[in-house]
Amino acid sequence: MKQALSQARYGIAAVVAVVALFVIGALAAPNLTFRVYYAVSFIVLAAIGLAIIFGIMGVINLAHGEFILVGAYATTLSVTKLGVPLPAGMLVGALVTALFGLVVERVIISGYVPNWIGQQTVGRDLIKPFYDRLADSMVATFGLSLIMVQGARIVFGNSINQIGVPFGSTAGYPDYRIALVGITAGVLAVVYLLFTRTDFGTRVRATMQDEQTAMALGINTERTYMLTFAIGSGLAGFTGALFAPLLSMQPTLGSQFLVEAFVAVVVGGASVVVGTSLSGLMLGPIDALFSDEFGEFAGRIALLVAAMLALRFLPGGITGVVDRLRDRMEGGS
Amino acid sequence: MTVLEFDDVTVGYDTPVLREIDLAVDEGEIVGVVGKNGVGKTTLMKTAIGLLEPMSGRITYDGRDITTETANDRANSGIGYIPQGRDIFPDLTVEENLAMGEHVNTAGEVTRYEAVYDLFPVLEERAGQDGGTLSGGQQQMLAIGRALVGDPDLLLLDEPSEGVQPSIVDQISQDMRRINDELGTTILFVEQNLGVIRDMADRCYAMERGEIVDELGAADLDDEDAIASYLAV
Repeated sequence: MKQALSQARYGIAAVVAVVALFVIGALAAPNLTFRVYYAVSFIVLAAIGLAIIFGIMGVINLAHGEFILVGAYATTLSVTKLGVPLPAGMLVGALVTALFGLVVERVIISGYVPNWIGQQTVGRDLIKPFYDRLADSMVATFGLSLIMVQGARIVFGNSINQIGVPFGSTAGYPDYRIALVGITAGVLAVVYLLFTRTDFGTRVRATMQDEQTAMALGINTERTYMLTFAIGSGLAGFTGALFAPLLSMQPTLGSQFLVEAFVAVVVGGASVVVGTSLSGLMLGPIDALFSDEFGEFAGRIALLVAAMLALRFLPGGITGVVDRLRDRMEGGS
Repeated sequence: MTVLEFDDVTVGYDTPVLREIDLAVDEGEIVGVVGKNGVGKTTLMKTAIGLLEPMSGRITYDGRDITTETANDRANSGIGYIPQGRDIFPDLTVEENLAMGEHVNTAGEVTRYEAVYDLFPVLEERAGQDGGTLSGGQQQMLAIGRALVGDPDLLLLDEPSEGVQPSIVDQISQDMRRINDELGTTILFVEQNLGVIRDMADRCYAMERGEIVDELGAADLDDEDAIASYLAV
């Protein structure tokens, strides 16, 4: 109990510090503060779905950008073609991507469908699940990403009509981008609560730590993986939905998120929420400042340099540093 | 009534590790399986819980054929499992570790937190602490408690004395007896600690090189030499 309270104290202190910096920055230098916080939101939202799938299932999803594409297209099409209001369209985007992720998990990642066909026809499994097979999962999902990009091009053409950006602007900066900062905090809070305060979250963490023991205790690990992949996919879709009004709707839009997402996951380390949010807070300012000063290309180079330095000096990512600090403080108290 | 039965079960990876195992555990019994290192005791337990599938033969639980059933289905139907080396979840708190045991015996709709905290008060005191920070003996208590929370009908224990200091080993033997007496839980365990075998078991099977070679009744368990001949002592 004492340990949980002390962890909660650190978490609350960190949130208060981030909010205080935002308020002070917004009063002192509003435009720069909004740009930095938007960059943080972009990185966190780009990475969160990928971090869940990688951190829990050991699957590197190179089609992550295309899952974002599914969310963005589903949102845009439901708003422009079906006349659905934007917030409902965003939920449609997230839901469609979660369902798409469910199908991908059953057909490719777990191999459930091909193995069922194999059992019915030749009496044996055809493929081994891609859980914890990093290189193999990269190859499989890279192939999927190529199919998805070309599939989108064939079905929808080179572009589709974009949704207009909602809201007005504050200090010359679009309000919608400021709203995204708050939504990012909300998404992080929901993910945190899901994985730490629910039975499902505890099952996921148990499966992640020791799959065989979890199975022997009655946990359906296959269903846990399936739902985890669907949740990670749904979050990628929600990211696409949130950025749909800001991006031009082309089949390659997912590639705009991939670098930021991978760098954030590498720098963040094992913890989905703490790692992703802290890496976003570290990389966001780097990206915003370099992009503003020297252009978007320089911003991406700066991110990659930051990732290389992080890999060199923080092999366990930011999560490893946080864990060490926490152990030291608790050991000393 | 027979709770668990192995009928001519052969298990292996490429070649058989267990050969033609016949074994039965009746309701309310504590049955031990003794044997030296490497005779296949852990393979036997993993097969019983469903982490390994037999190459041939049949396994029944409460008269139902469970040979091809998954481990999670077997646990849901009332089999609790305590693996060798405890295998608690180190980054989950004691409370969360215990909560994972609720998935055992899902039909029972009973949880035994009170009984678990009564047996192992230290688990209640350290409920918010990460499992990985407990001592070896406390981790063994947590592993036992976790398997008991869901009120299993059958408990499988893989070498409960391994890596635990002697005073705690004695305590664990007494606790398992208490669990059997008070909760009526049937227990199948594998072990190579002579003291634990004699303290816990009603009867025993002896294993050598992947086969059951002898069955020792209550009278045989009084004869230390009879058991020791199957152990690395």
